Amino acid sequence: MERINSANELEALRKSILSSRDTNKPCITICSGSACHASGSKEVASRIEEEIANQGLSGTVDVRKTGCHGFCEKGPIIVIHPEKICYFQIKPEDVSEIVTETIIGKKIIERLLYTDPATNEKIVYESEIPFYKNQERLVFGSNGSIDPKNLDDYLAIGGYSALAKALFQMTPGQVVEEVKKSNLRGRGGGGFPAGSKWEGSRNAPGDIKYVIVNADEGDPGAYMDRSLLEGNPHSVLEGLTIGAYAVGSHEGYIYVRQEYPLAVENVTTAIKQAQEYGLLGKNILGSGFDFTVKVHMGAGAFVCGESTALMTALEGRAGEPRPKYIRSNVKGLWNRPSVLNNVETWSNVPLIINNGADWFTKLGTESSKGTKIFSVVGKINNTGLVEVPMGMTLRDIIYKIGGGIPGGKKFKAVQTGGPSGGCLPEELLDLQVGFDELTKAGSMMGSGGMIVLDEDTCMVDVARYFLEFLTDESCGKCVPCREGIRQMLQTLTKITQGKGKEGDIELLEELAETAREAALCALGKSAPNPFLSTLKYFRNEYEAHIKEKRCPALSCKELIAFYIDPKKCQACTTCARKCPSNAIIGGKNLIHMVDQEKCTKCGTCFEVCPPRFSAVKKISGEPVPDPIPEEARIIVRGGKKNE
Amino acid sequence: MDNRVDQITDKHECQCGHSDNIEGLSDRVDQIIDKHNCEASSLIQVLLEIQSENHWLPKEALDQVAERLQVPLTRIQQIATFYKAFSLVPKGRHGIHVCMGTACHVRGAQRVLDTVENLTKIKPGETDLDLKFSLETVNCLGCCALGPVVEIDGKTHGKMAPAEMADVLKNYE
Ligand SMILES: Cc1cc2nc3c(=O)[nH]c(=O)nc-3n(C[C@H](O)[C@H](O)[C@H](O)COP(=O)(O)O)c2cc1C
Ligand code: SF4
Ligand code: SF4
Ligand code: FES
Ligand code: FES
Repeated sequence: MERINSANELEALRKSILSSRDTNKPCITICSGSACHASGSKEVASRIEEEIANQGLSGTVDVRKTGCHGFCEKGPIIVIHPEKICYFQIKPEDVSEIVTETIIGKKIIERLLYTDPATNEKIVYESEIPFYKNQERLVFGSNGSIDPKNLDDYLAIGGYSALAKALFQMTPGQVVEEVKKSNLRGRGGGGFPAGSKWEGSRNAPGDIKYVIVNADEGDPGAYMDRSLLEGNPHSVLEGLTIGAYAVGSHEGYIYVRQEYPLAVENVTTAIKQAQEYGLLGKNILGSGFDFTVKVHMGAGAFVCGESTALMTALEGRAGEPRPKYIRSNVKGLWNRPSVLNNVETWSNVPLIINNGADWFTKLGTESSKGTKIFSVVGKINNTGLVEVPMGMTLRDIIYKIGGGIPGGKKFKAVQTGGPSGGCLPEELLDLQVGFDELTKAGSMMGSGGMIVLDEDTCMVDVARYFLEFLTDESCGKCVPCREGIRQMLQTLTKITQGKGKEGDIELLEELAETAREAALCALGKSAPNPFLSTLKYFRNEYEAHIKEKRCPALSCKELIAFYIDPKKCQACTTCARKCPSNAIIGGKNLIHMVDQEKCTKCGTCFEVCPPRFSAVKKISGEPVPDPIPEEARIIVRGGKKNE
Repeated sequence: MDNRVDQITDKHECQCGHSDNIEGLSDRVDQIIDKHNCEASSLIQVLLEIQSENHWLPKEALDQVAERLQVPLTRIQQIATFYKAFSLVPKGRHGIHVCMGTACHVRGAQRVLDTVENLTKIKPGETDLDLKFSLETVNCLGCCALGPVVEIDGKTHGKMAPAEMADVLKNYE
């Protein structure tokens, strides 16, 4: 590939790519994101390629492996262009039929379509599926149509035009002003205005400055940064390069955790290609601006996502936070001015430069502009990545897009903001999502994790879970976090084990307040949030655990028991066969019983007992009924039971 | 009784052949360090590459890194113990990673982990004496839609139920 030496050459190349592409030519895009990969998209993709060759269609049908389409629950996903016919949960066996019927015969295969659970209707096109229809996919939307390993695909959708605009039509100061005017706030958690951060670095003294992408994504249950970097790495690089130009930096870093190998691979390939095209490196697009980017793999520690710890890790040391007397944008990596932004924040930049700040601020709430990608997971029907305008209500996200709660269960709460966030109850479902709106309600935007909890989730256990996570991940440098959070965890653990006592809640509140005030970094300061928010909205659950030794959600292992109702057991032997601990005493025509000594409370029996019998019961706060006498256990078929 | 390896061994003398490889490892360590231009700031990247190829960090390798990058051994040890990606003891032939992320947690990851512990008789962070399995917990594998997720030797098993775990583990020798 020849270097591109000017904005005009870039446009000429784009035109030639577009004109060489026939928009009517059939193209099968197949999601190769991590979740689809795990459900077998690789096998499907190679079958598609084989089948196309076998049916003599090579050259007449394109196949494109893309990043995550968002609707991961339904993977592997393929979309057939130009019609945009969407097929879900494809198996390699379906491929030959798809090629024969849909590609050649132009016929739809009903069985592979999405069925709307509300109406039972089959839906053919992506744009009509409620999951996609109610989103506004500005940042994430291109993921489904480009091959992340092919820069031409990104150029075809207008890629790097914002960079050309910034370099040739704007001064660095104007770029900063535009980003400030857009009120783009950091998507990585804190919600700090990106423009102000950039301005601080731009005005800071020194010739050497850095720009950094935070792709650590330590938030458990959130995976949008990973998916963006995997699926559309050039959008992140383009944003980063524009940022570098604006602040006067010539060196950038992408800090990505090594658990995300596909993200590392795709972004490394993207950097190489951008360099070949002259979109990175020396004299970018002939503008005289130089900028290089390095990928740095993180070794997996949540605290390394924190800005100062991340920079320490980049310097090759153990990632511990430091006090922020001086901001990193003035004194950061190797004590030089450094702008650190999240993956999604950087990806928003090309859109703002191309379309202008006014366009961007039209979307969103008073103080939160643009869109946000959420990872909508947990007890929800349509799990996946969802991009919505700020200001959409939790209810619309969870019900209109997420399709509500599976198995006819009741919604209990939604956890947002990861370990620094909190749980919001049903009364707050009409809350609009935005940085300040969520904080006011006692939670946080965080990086966009949205974990839906149903009636079977114990809120005390959720608080315990996050504190366990944070105890594990605390760097241990400061006492309030190292010791305080550990104490909170111990107390919460005791409560979930039925060993809680009067006064525990007050003790927890005191510890929470101290950590909030005295911890060094935001990990420790925000660690009490999951506890405080669950206490605020679900105090009754805490009290049931402490006073009645009962888990209302029937979830805490030490407080529940499994028991087979002798009147309902039909001796079908299913549970006994599936019990991993051989804890079920059964036999043909014998009413089954749980040996409480051996039972590990894994819940398998409860799940596998056929619904028409529903003989296995979960109980809490009451004694397990005594076993029935041996002779009463014999079932005589034909409707009568031996008495 | 205690079927696990949990001591940081100075000189590892097991029967698995790991120690025999140390000769060859030394050359590879040199190559990895050269690739990173012998820069001390690449320390973590160097260790990650050695870990990924050798599956653990023998003392000899750490000494070599310390010498060539001119970084004190104590700092290398601090890093090797701070980050979860590193292991200072030999790993089993099969790595089991059980996701304990929030999405997996609310869908019953703990029950899956309990079952794996029961079946393998090891706890997270441990390796059995036969060096067959190493068990680790991770915080999110980015496949939350398929939770609970267990990854074995890089292959992802989604929507795992405790009852299916035994069948899956049976396939590993
Ligand atoms: C303990 C801790 C972990 C964090 N982890 C991440 C992370 O994984 N990714 C991220 O983008 N920001 C993370 N942050 C926030 C960063 O410190 C920082 O605010 C952010 O990367 C700045 O980018 P933004 O302004 O674009 O959001 C974390 C913060 C704390 C306190
Ligand atoms: S608050 Fe926790 S993670 Fe942050 S510096 Fe203190 S000990 Fe480390
Ligand atoms: S809960 Fe699990 S261990 Fe206990 S009886 Fe049921 S299947 Fe067996
Ligand atoms: S990975 Fe395929 S839709 Fe998310
Ligand atoms: S929480 Fe388990 S894969 Fe994300």
